[in-house]
Amino acid sequence: MYTEKVIAEFTNPQNVGEIADADGVGEVGSPACGDIMRIYLKIEGDRIADVRFRTFGCGAAIASSSMATRMILGMSLAEAWAVSNADVVEALGGLPPAKVHCSVLARDAIRAAINDCRTRRGLEPWEVRSSGCSRGAGCDSHPENG
Amino acid sequence: MNDQDQRPVYMDHAATTFMKPEVIAAMAPYFSQHFGNPSSLYRFARESRMGVDEARREVGAAVGASPEEIFFTAGGSEADNWAIKGVALANRKRGDHIVTSSIEHHAVLHTCEWLEKQGFSVTYLPVDEFGLLDPGDVRDAITDRTILVSVMAANNEIGTIQPVAELGRVAHDHGVLFHTDAVQAVGAVPIDVDRMGIDLLSLSGHKFYGPKGTGALYIRRGTRIENLIHGGGQERGRRAGTENVPGIVGLGRAIELATADIEAHNRRIAAMRDRLVRGILSAIPDARLNGHPTERLANNANFSFRYVEGESILLLLDAHGICASTGSACSSASLEPSHVLLAIGLPHEEAHGSLRLTLGDANTEEDVDYVLEVLPEVIGRLRQISPLTPAHARMPEAD
Ligand SMILES: Cc1ncc(COP(=O)(O)O)c(C=O)c1O
Ligand SMILES: [Zn+2]
Repeated sequence: MYTEKVIAEFTNPQNVGEIADADGVGEVGSPACGDIMRIYLKIEGDRIADVRFRTFGCGAAIASSSMATRMILGMSLAEAWAVSNADVVEALGGLPPAKVHCSVLARDAIRAAINDCRTRRGLEPWEVRSSGCSRGAGCDSHPENG
Repeated sequence: MNDQDQRPVYMDHAATTFMKPEVIAAMAPYFSQHFGNPSSLYRFARESRMGVDEARREVGAAVGASPEEIFFTAGGSEADNWAIKGVALANRKRGDHIVTSSIEHHAVLHTCEWLEKQGFSVTYLPVDEFGLLDPGDVRDAITDRTILVSVMAANNEIGTIQPVAELGRVAHDHGVLFHTDAVQAVGAVPIDVDRMGIDLLSLSGHKFYGPKGTGALYIRRGTRIENLIHGGGQERGRRAGTENVPGIVGLGRAIELATADIEAHNRRIAAMRDRLVRGILSAIPDARLNGHPTERLANNANFSFRYVEGESILLLLDAHGICASTGSACSSASLEPSHVLLAIGLPHEEAHGSLRLTLGDANTEEDVDYVLEVLPEVIGRLRQISPLTPAHARMPEAD
């Protein structure tokens, strides 16, 4: 049901871990929803010099965490902010429709980390329109759940 | 994690089983040689008819029923649908209330939910932390409007075996019909419909080394039940459709083999299962066994591993050639974790981290060794990735 790319990314994920002196940390999801992603950013200048993640979740959640972190490494914060969920899914060669919500987490976690960087620098956070499973909300927030 | 380590280990026998060579051999002549329609008059069709009759005797004998009380269906789901809808519709004048449990298979639960939309009322009784239903709760739930009690003999996810005979007694004490979904129980729990007070019983061929898409409903003589499938006069006018003759023959042979020596079979399987459970619980911290310590199917092991998610466990096991299943939401279309694991009181996160291993006739001690070698490594790797893992649950196997 998953593409070869997803399986490869999942079985050999990149950028797993933490950054002790991170400039921004973002976490989204909840254990009740079955997916949590936490992302750490190290910024040099305006560029993402290092990025690490930890994810609790399914194959799609782990694969999209890995793929998304690989995509944003070296980007400016504005470029990384613009990476969409569809970009991540495309880079993975597609996801089954029921699994797309698991990949939204990666984008949301990146945006949360970026805003954490901005706040720490005394800047206004950029506006987040959260989708997927946001912290504190129950699994009812999954649109597919109706 | 290299591909050379791969060896196929199938531990998902609750999902379906392979077919035994004896079963395939019994079916083979009915595909080409004896292909006649059992309803046809000419002599050529006799072989088909005899094959079906023989299977009916075998299924009857396996559950302590007479052959005339056995009706072939296209599987367990159809048998469940027929039993519940058929009884509900035939007894509408007497009442409109059904009592069932909250851990039934969807073939029962969704049928009951559909009947609710048709104006029936259904009580879904809770179970305890081990998945056991209290017969006293059934007694308390029965009203003068109750027409059916439907409780599964054994659960497909956690393997808990219900006190079927007691449940049958409670139903009969109140003049209520008793149906049991025995799809997981046949071949694993000895069944006697008279001794257990069962009026209707569902079974399915592909859970005991028979063909998929075959099953049967036992209907006690004299039970008021409507037909589900309307059409021709097959199955003595109770279930229309030209018989799946090879499938029925295979079902008959499979149930005969599966019930020949349940005790010896269970002893062998349970010994392997117990070693698997002990090994996993001792190698993996923060793991628990779901289900009942003793009242459970001999082949069932169901675990929750904290801090990790079930679908990702399955994928890594699959990369090592191990087939298993999970109650995690991420592997279900509904995005809700297993209703069974929630019903035994697991918090969502532990239901998400569940893994079901169900052994079968072809499993060996080497298969157990292999799973004991691979699974701790898999859980260790996922716990390395997880943000929830506390230090004590990080595992030495992980690099
Ligand atoms: C307890 C139970 N009931 C019913 C069914 C449905 O049987 P079938 O697949 O033959 O329709 C299953 C099989 O998944 C089951 O485990
Ligand atoms: Zn998921």
